[in-house]
Amino acid sequence: MAGHFQAASDGGAAIALDEVEISILRSLAVQLLELIGPGPVQEEGADPLAAMLADGPTSPPSDPALARLFPDAYGDPARPRDREAQAAAAEFRRYTENDLRTRKREDALAVVRTLDDLLSSDPGGGVLVLDAERSRQWLGTLNDLRLTIGTRLEVTDDESDELYRLPDTDPRKPMVLAYLWLGGLQETLIGTMT
Amino acid sequence: METERTQSQEAPSAAPTPDVHWVTIVHNDPVNLMSYVTYVFQAYFGYPRDKAHKLMMDVHHKGRAVVSSGSREEMERDVQAMHGYGLWATLQQDR
Repeated sequence: MAGHFQAASDGGAAIALDEVEISILRSLAVQLLELIGPGPVQEEGADPLAAMLADGPTSPPSDPALARLFPDAYGDPARPRDREAQAAAAEFRRYTENDLRTRKREDALAVVRTLDDLLSSDPGGGVLVLDAERSRQWLGTLNDLRLTIGTRLEVTDDESDELYRLPDTDPRKPMVLAYLWLGGLQETLIGTMT
Repeated sequence: METERTQSQEAPSAAPTPDVHWVTIVHNDPVNLMSYVTYVFQAYFGYPRDKAHKLMMDVHHKGRAVVSSGSREEMERDVQAMHGYGLWATLQQDR
């Protein structure tokens, strides 16, 4: 899995992907879509009537990966949060989280669609070409995927972390490899955009 | 070279001084790539590469950096945008 993005002649980005790589990327993007959810989500134990209101949730998602994708906007992470920050974070979330979920969903859907288009024109894989807008959507989804997988793997800033020296038998190994591969894709995609 | 993918954000220094100043803070996290954080500061705030790079290094080494300042409303917009990019950001009153 050594593929990387290159600048395309028209200002976009291009990458050669084989069918295995396409299949992995598509599966990860679909899993991200499932994690983000199909629209305004009802909080656990909430009044069903509340789901009919357009307001978003007021408390952070309980899933750590979702909580990382949709963090609190108020409060110093290094200190216990005061009541005022908590109320402001809840209010902010109520008005922004649904929009944010929609945008992340649209970006991941665009990734799935571009992969499907590539597969339908060349079932064995081929060269994927992204224009500026698709590049932006891919960049967002690659980052969301790395945030999600990174949270699951509990990665740290320590590059000598045991995660990167796991034996092949470790069940986390495939996810670590996917995480590193996505990092390379993201890094080279940024390179075409700056 | 600097990207041209800037948004029509007012430069923080050009904003009228409100009674209370708020700031947007980006926090370090172990996942976001340094190149990505720099890219976001250039693309969203329209900062030159040098400034974006310095802010990214502050986030990386000091754990956090103030990336913009202005009214509470403006900072809420910036924080929302940072969350859209997947950066971990909060806003608070500038004390």
